[in-house]
Amino acid sequence: MAASNNTEKEEEAILSLANKLRWDLGVDLHDIVIESIYEDATRIARKTVEIKGEQRGYYLDKSIDKIVTSRLLGFPIMFLVLAVVFWITIAGANYPSRLLSGLFLDTIHPFLKGFAANIGMPHWLTGVLVDGAYISVAWVVSVMLPPMAIFFPLFTLLEDLGYLPRVAFNMDSLFRKAGAHGKQALTLSMGFGCNAAGVIATRIIDSPRERLVAIITNNFSLCNGRWPTQILIATLFIGSAASPHWAGILSAGAVVGIAVLGIFFSLVVSWGLSKSILKGEASAFSLELPPYRPPRILKTLYTSLIDRSVFVLWRAIIFAAPAGVVIWLLANIQVSGSSLAEHFIHWANPFALLFGLNGVILLAYIIAIPANEIVIPTILMLTVVSTGIIGMGEGAGVLFQSGSLADIKDILQAGGWTLMTAVNLMLFSLLHNPCSTTIYTIYKETNSLKWTLVSTFLPVAIGLTVCFFVTQLWRLFML
Amino acid sequence: MNNQSNCENCSFHHKENLVRLGVAMNKADYVVAVAGNPNTGKSTVFNNLTGLRQHTGNWPGKTVTRAEGGFSYGGKFYKLVDLPGTYSLLSTSSEEEVARNFILFGKPDVTVIVADATRLERNLNLVLQILEITDRAVLCLNLMDEAKRNNINIDVRSLSKELGIPVIATNARQKTGMSELITTIEEIATGRFICRPHRIKSRSAKLNGAITILSEKLAQFFPGLPNLNWVALRLLEGDQRIIEAVETRELEKLGAELSTN
Repeated sequence: MAASNNTEKEEEAILSLANKLRWDLGVDLHDIVIESIYEDATRIARKTVEIKGEQRGYYLDKSIDKIVTSRLLGFPIMFLVLAVVFWITIAGANYPSRLLSGLFLDTIHPFLKGFAANIGMPHWLTGVLVDGAYISVAWVVSVMLPPMAIFFPLFTLLEDLGYLPRVAFNMDSLFRKAGAHGKQALTLSMGFGCNAAGVIATRIIDSPRERLVAIITNNFSLCNGRWPTQILIATLFIGSAASPHWAGILSAGAVVGIAVLGIFFSLVVSWGLSKSILKGEASAFSLELPPYRPPRILKTLYTSLIDRSVFVLWRAIIFAAPAGVVIWLLANIQVSGSSLAEHFIHWANPFALLFGLNGVILLAYIIAIPANEIVIPTILMLTVVSTGIIGMGEGAGVLFQSGSLADIKDILQAGGWTLMTAVNLMLFSLLHNPCSTTIYTIYKETNSLKWTLVSTFLPVAIGLTVCFFVTQLWRLFML
Repeated sequence: MNNQSNCENCSFHHKENLVRLGVAMNKADYVVAVAGNPNTGKSTVFNNLTGLRQHTGNWPGKTVTRAEGGFSYGGKFYKLVDLPGTYSLLSTSSEEEVARNFILFGKPDVTVIVADATRLERNLNLVLQILEITDRAVLCLNLMDEAKRNNINIDVRSLSKELGIPVIATNARQKTGMSELITTIEEIATGRFICRPHRIKSRSAKLNGAITILSEKLAQFFPGLPNLNWVALRLLEGDQRIIEAVETRELEKLGAELSTN
């Protein structure tokens, strides 16, 4: 006790000594210290820096900025850039996707089955390994890899070029009006890659209140795991509503629409939080617009392929394999005449239909909590199980063989999907709980169970509400 | 033959000895901090030296935590710490504090200050602040190609003379100037090159006296904490964050934590 008292006194002694000395030195000491640094910096710069002629690059940057951050054209240009990126992704991913699924599902899968039969592997083990784990990994690879390999390099090129800070600059006033920090536009952009990364990036926001707002709303940025879902469903159900000529553009437009809706929810929820449980004013900040730099295209292609695509893919695979096992087991363990999966699906169906979804989708979202990437493969597999489509699968819990887009659509339609289901799935994919990695990251960053729970359940509540109203209105007007 | 032996005497000869270690660095002989303003290319320099692929991007604030990597050169192991960008050592946002605490209390053997050649004057503010607290630093004058494109000409030699530390002109994106940077880091780390860093001159005798009195007092309470003069000056200025750090004894912890690295 005595010792701790003693040290406490020491601390006070230091501070009071500092106080006393400060009085002697005058009140403007801080300014004097800063000024002396600035003075020296200016003096040295004047001696060593010589600018001759005009700074052409600087003026060029400035005139580009005048256009891309202008009040009139800023947002249209932003949406156009996004749309072009998605259009290239959608148009480019189709062919390699088909190629990969042909290889993995039509060639390698029968070979593995044959091999398992030859060495006399027990039925259930073949089921768990080949029909469960292998198929879902193969699916994730063939559905996920092509769009990622196209989308990431494009996004990284934009980042390298210096376009992101301009996006932040454009959106700053909107975020400020929502009571959030302008830098939230940057963390939101990071979230378009990965929400866990976006949550970590909120460290650039100083005020704890605004940082929490940014963390809670980061999930409204569509992440890696959800882009392919959006792109696939938009291609199948929305693009096909138009003539083939316009299909690509229409599906790209739909995906941009969902992304923009995410930004809209980010703003509205930020505003709501700033007016309720996280009350406060937006703080001012300065954001530097860096010069445009010509992106190094080859290096970007290499690093974004290796670092981002392969990293995300690896994550998808390590989650997909166990999920495949779980799905196979759910589909094959029988309780009183039907499988566990069917029990859940029948039980959840009436509830899910209120929201324009179905029991399969709800179960898929529960299985896919570790990784959004596996939602679509899981839905397909469970649909095959629950509808008992013949000739498509090879028994319960086996993903169908052919991977062509038309087949996917056939399966989903056999599962009762309509255009409304597709729209609701796209909405729910945007508005549901973050993946478990992100939830864990939020907990680590906020150190608070309360805010982790808010960040987890708020999006689900919003998602169900939105889907509910869309479904009811749809039924009212379309039927 | 004669030519070759000349080469062997020259320190540039050893650049073939560079082994990028990625994150495998258990026994570092020297710790090197990479500091600088946001968006000057610190992470690119870091990646070039360590062979790692720390994500880089053209926007300020990309690095929020400190990343570590290593390389070995001339038989010695160097641990490199990539710090978040910061405009000054005085401000208090959380990522700037990561950088500030490490430069102040992490006792790096060499601090590589990466500066944007197109915005030298503003970058110098941080450079001068860092030179207040360390005398083992090298200025990596990056983005020289952009400066050239903008008709900005920098007299590297007189800049080096003014600052009292080596100045290396680089284009980290094109990997030019990297071998010079490595040899300079080695020369400073091993003590073969002694820096005579620029110190802010216009400080009154009265202020210097007060700093001395206070830092002596601090030395009794926080034995072994580096840069007590800097801490003293901040206390005299009434820096709220540092006052707090004294009260809660966070300073003591910081010193212990960062210097064991």
